[in-house]
Amino acid sequence: MERMGGLFDRIALAMAGKNPWGGSGGADGGNGNDGEGGDTPAGDGGKQPDQPGDRSRGPRNPWLPGGGNGEEPRRSASIEDIFKTRGPEGPRRRPGGPGGPNFRLPPAPGGRSWMPLAVTGVVGLWLAFSMVHQLGPKEQGVVTTFGKYSSTIGSGISLTLPWPIQDVHVEQVSEIRIFQIPEGDAEKLMLTGDQNLVNLSYLVRWSIKDLKQYRFQLAEPENTVREVAEAAMRASVAEEPLDSVFSGEGRSNIETNVRRRMQEVLDAYRSGVQIHGVEIRKTDPPSEVEEAFKAVSAAQQEAETYKNQAEAAAQQVLARAQGDAAAFDKVYEQYRLAPEVTRRRMYYETMERVLSRTDKTIVEANGVTPYLPLPEIKKRAAPVAKPAGGQ
Amino acid sequence: MNQIWQSYKVAIIAMLVALGALLSSVIVVPESEQVVIVQTGNPVRVYNQFRPKVPYGQTDAGVHFRIPFVETVQRIDKRVRDLDMQPQQVLSTDQLRLEVDAFARYRIIDPKRMVRTVGSTENVEAQLSPIFSSVVRQELGRRSFASLLTAERGNTMHNIRDKLDAEAREYGAQVLDVRIKRADLPQGSPLQSAFARMQSAREQEAATTKATGLRDAQIIRAEADAQAAKIYADSFGKDPQFYDFYRAMQSYDTTFGSTESESSIILSPDNEYLRQFRGNR
Repeated sequence: MERMGGLFDRIALAMAGKNPWGGSGGADGGNGNDGEGGDTPAGDGGKQPDQPGDRSRGPRNPWLPGGGNGEEPRRSASIEDIFKTRGPEGPRRRPGGPGGPNFRLPPAPGGRSWMPLAVTGVVGLWLAFSMVHQLGPKEQGVVTTFGKYSSTIGSGISLTLPWPIQDVHVEQVSEIRIFQIPEGDAEKLMLTGDQNLVNLSYLVRWSIKDLKQYRFQLAEPENTVREVAEAAMRASVAEEPLDSVFSGEGRSNIETNVRRRMQEVLDAYRSGVQIHGVEIRKTDPPSEVEEAFKAVSAAQQEAETYKNQAEAAAQQVLARAQGDAAAFDKVYEQYRLAPEVTRRRMYYETMERVLSRTDKTIVEANGVTPYLPLPEIKKRAAPVAKPAGGQ
Repeated sequence: MNQIWQSYKVAIIAMLVALGALLSSVIVVPESEQVVIVQTGNPVRVYNQFRPKVPYGQTDAGVHFRIPFVETVQRIDKRVRDLDMQPQQVLSTDQLRLEVDAFARYRIIDPKRMVRTVGSTENVEAQLSPIFSSVVRQELGRRSFASLLTAERGNTMHNIRDKLDAEAREYGAQVLDVRIKRADLPQGSPLQSAFARMQSAREQEAATTKATGLRDAQIIRAEADAQAAKIYADSFGKDPQFYDFYRAMQSYDTTFGSTESESSIILSPDNEYLRQFRGNR
């Protein structure tokens, strides 16, 4: 407690030079009673830091004029003490852990104040951050001196003058940026040259060509690129009929046109933007008429099916014809060598095949009623039998 | 600290006042701004005014001075700005409606004039916006719907830009470019009728495609039949009599030779087949 009290004294002095609220630490050092400082808001405790015990405890604050420590006229209540005893943090008092309301830095080496070190540190950091710029491989920065463009720095470490004088604005330059129109899967209808509608979505890839133009020329560069893309795309789609928009060739035409148009416009604005490419992601018919479009492709399939079936049938017919003709030709060749014999042979062979598989009835003579096993056959047989009988 | 304050109170205050005065008389003009010095409501000087040919770094941007309290500073954007038009319905000469959304790019080229006429860029936009709309309506309303969509668009845009530019010059602004961002059929009946037209066109296409497919199929079949007939004729025509016999034999085979239906044949003994049956007579 006593040691901490002394520590507090020194830091309190170091921090404020002269503590404007009076030497609260002195009160502690004097009698070890925290409450005393708070009890004397009128400031009569101010004399206590001058007690010999206080002064002998450690090196004096070098910023303070010698001996003038206690003689200052302004005295007031020690707010710290009031807080310590009455404030919400009061009960914790000094033994509270580091980070508590009463945490204090340890004394600087040599017992001097932290103040110069702190100031130097802050200034050093400020200089380091505002003078040294490390840029990544894709980055460039524009350096402005009091707002006026001075130079462009590339990747690596560069030095500039500190902040209020020179400022650096860093931007990803060679990085190819992509945006999609429309964002998400929303329907974006565009009018084609033949006054039809197409639902189209596309990507634009772009990067910064000239950082200083990009930075200073346009108020809203990204928005401008988007709007120009939109205008160029609609103008290009309006030049093509619907079927061409759907076809691969038409799409690549549109892509080239849009890219060319965008680059022309953006160059005319001197925007410092490079368009790398425009890719049409999808071209669909509007959802309202999608069914009709599907019906067309279904009809195309169907027509194709009809043709295929006809082709197949035609092949069959032809093959059949060729087969039949070839068979006849072969037989005919043999027939010509021996017409009568071949003819007979074929006749008997056919009859054999035919008659071996059927029931046969032979009617011998006229007037003989043939026996037929079935009445139906009798009926059927009658007209056949008659001419036979007539012979 | 207090000690210093006590000793040099006057000096410190004097220094602070001097610093304040210096700071309030210094104007830092960035590249993206033009600064108009207004003296008792009157624009007297312009720093970093837009000049088309001057590259960045050689402009008037940087540190400038003014007389505090007497001269006030008005900062005006030097960059190309966006003037967006409210979407407009345009009636073409053929009485078709088109919903048009356009944008213009402009910049302030005469800040003094702008300060005198309207005071701020917001006001420039507020004043130009209705002019923009009406110019677009006028110009596009003179064209047929189809020409709005296609090639004439560029020409129309130039006209609109020139007209708008002429108006903008009054405010010290220059219109660089006007473009149609969107040209759509208005919601409701125009859009619905366009859909209906597209749909009927597709239905017609579907029907035609199907019919064409059927026609093609028929032709393919007929051609095959014709070719087959030619093949048969070429082959069988060599000996029609033998073909008759040959084909009859095949026909008997097919008609009577099938085992599926039971058939009976009643033969007369005079039958050619049974000729040998009787022995040699």
